[in-house]
Amino acid sequence: MNAWIERQRGIIDTAVANLRRRKARYLGLFLAYVLLVFLLASVVLFGDGMRREARLLLEEAPELVVQRLTAGRHDLMPAQWLQRIAGLRGVTAAEGRLWGYYHDAAVGANLTLQVPREAPPAAGGVHLGATLARLRGLSPGDVLSLRDHAGRPYAFVVEALLDSRSELVSADLVLLGEADFRAFFGIAEGLYTDAALRVANPLETRTLAEKVLARLPAARVISREEMRRTYDAVFNWRQGLSLMVLSVLLAAFALLAWDKASGLSAEERREIGILKALGWDSGDVLAMKLWEGALLSLLAFLLGYTLAWLHVYYAGAPLFEPVLKGWSVLYPRFALAPEVDISRIVSLALLTVLPYVAATLVPVWRAATLDPDAVMRE
Amino acid sequence: MALFSARRGSGLAAWLLAGSLACLLLVLLDASRMTEERARERAQGCALVARVGLTDLALLNEARYTRHLSQADRHAAFQDHPGALEHFPSGSLAGPPRPSP
Repeated sequence: MNAWIERQRGIIDTAVANLRRRKARYLGLFLAYVLLVFLLASVVLFGDGMRREARLLLEEAPELVVQRLTAGRHDLMPAQWLQRIAGLRGVTAAEGRLWGYYHDAAVGANLTLQVPREAPPAAGGVHLGATLARLRGLSPGDVLSLRDHAGRPYAFVVEALLDSRSELVSADLVLLGEADFRAFFGIAEGLYTDAALRVANPLETRTLAEKVLARLPAARVISREEMRRTYDAVFNWRQGLSLMVLSVLLAAFALLAWDKASGLSAEERREIGILKALGWDSGDVLAMKLWEGALLSLLAFLLGYTLAWLHVYYAGAPLFEPVLKGWSVLYPRFALAPEVDISRIVSLALLTVLPYVAATLVPVWRAATLDPDAVMRE
Repeated sequence: MALFSARRGSGLAAWLLAGSLACLLLVLLDASRMTEERARERAQGCALVARVGLTDLALLNEARYTRHLSQADRHAAFQDHPGALEHFPSGSLAGPPRPSP
């Protein structure tokens, strides 16, 4: 056993000496490798983190949301609908929600104005999302002036700012009282944007949704599970799209690795010839070349994955911000919670290491079977 | 110590691999501390979701129909005018809605 280890160490010594001798050549390959692992791992970690965050945050979302559809479009819901669905067995509460959009021309942002279920601000007051407050430079006590549905200026006093740790759900939020909301948007009493239902037994949600549709055929019912699945789908789609783009990079890298490994220089061929003349067999040369590849890919994987982890969980994934942000002006500050998933690490390692090994295997085999006599005579 | 002397190539390789692995393990071990910290922060978000009755993340607010993805109606992408091409980056990345079962 000791002899075998010592033999392998000797082979590794030669492999490392080879890598050191051709620093410039292998350094470029190594950096490209680290970049590839970094990008792939960042996309995977970020997508997983966002999906997890959305699921956890929306755990407290309403179990069912009922919208009224008129001619296939979302319409305001009369209060009578609330009474009709509140009477269903299994529904503990049916509350009318009031929310709407406002384009704030001053900063070019879309705001969401909403009346909270609990603890609404006093008349004339608003609670602002921290991102919006930062963008408008507002703090408690300041005045937020918006134009109402008739184009008249409507002044709100900023009562409080929403906790900055909730920015992922409150970036563009303006919370206000019901009377202010109705006056601002010109919505009459007895009309709501939609309804939120609380159900006694979450297992009955689907049955309740069917009952609501039977009672109100013009309604659209959205369950909490569907809301959470929406974000699963969005981040799966985005992750898939990014990985599709990166797969081109993976293919380009495999090509680069093939080119580097197959383009044996005359000097390398002579070295292999000398090693074989000194008594190395093809297996030893193959082992040496495989050790070279293994050291390079393992180091690149460890470094690339660590950098991706730091990028996503410590730095807040600044590389992905422009992709998510699109043209929106209000982008929340948020931090993702890490989760160590060994199967993900292993699959990523296989995804990045295997193409390299596959791309280098044939050229390495050709190098290992060189005839020493022929090589030294060249 | 002599077994993994950095003077030998194999020793250097072992040190480099061990160092990189240690860095990765350190950040992975820090994950439990970070998870607890993030859970405390998330509690604020969850409380707001419950208080207001929120249904969506405030992540994509560039267009009305991407702000509340789970509530957007089925004509969302073309609601500005018939045949309008999707013109917001997040709309083009959000994917077409699937028909309800």
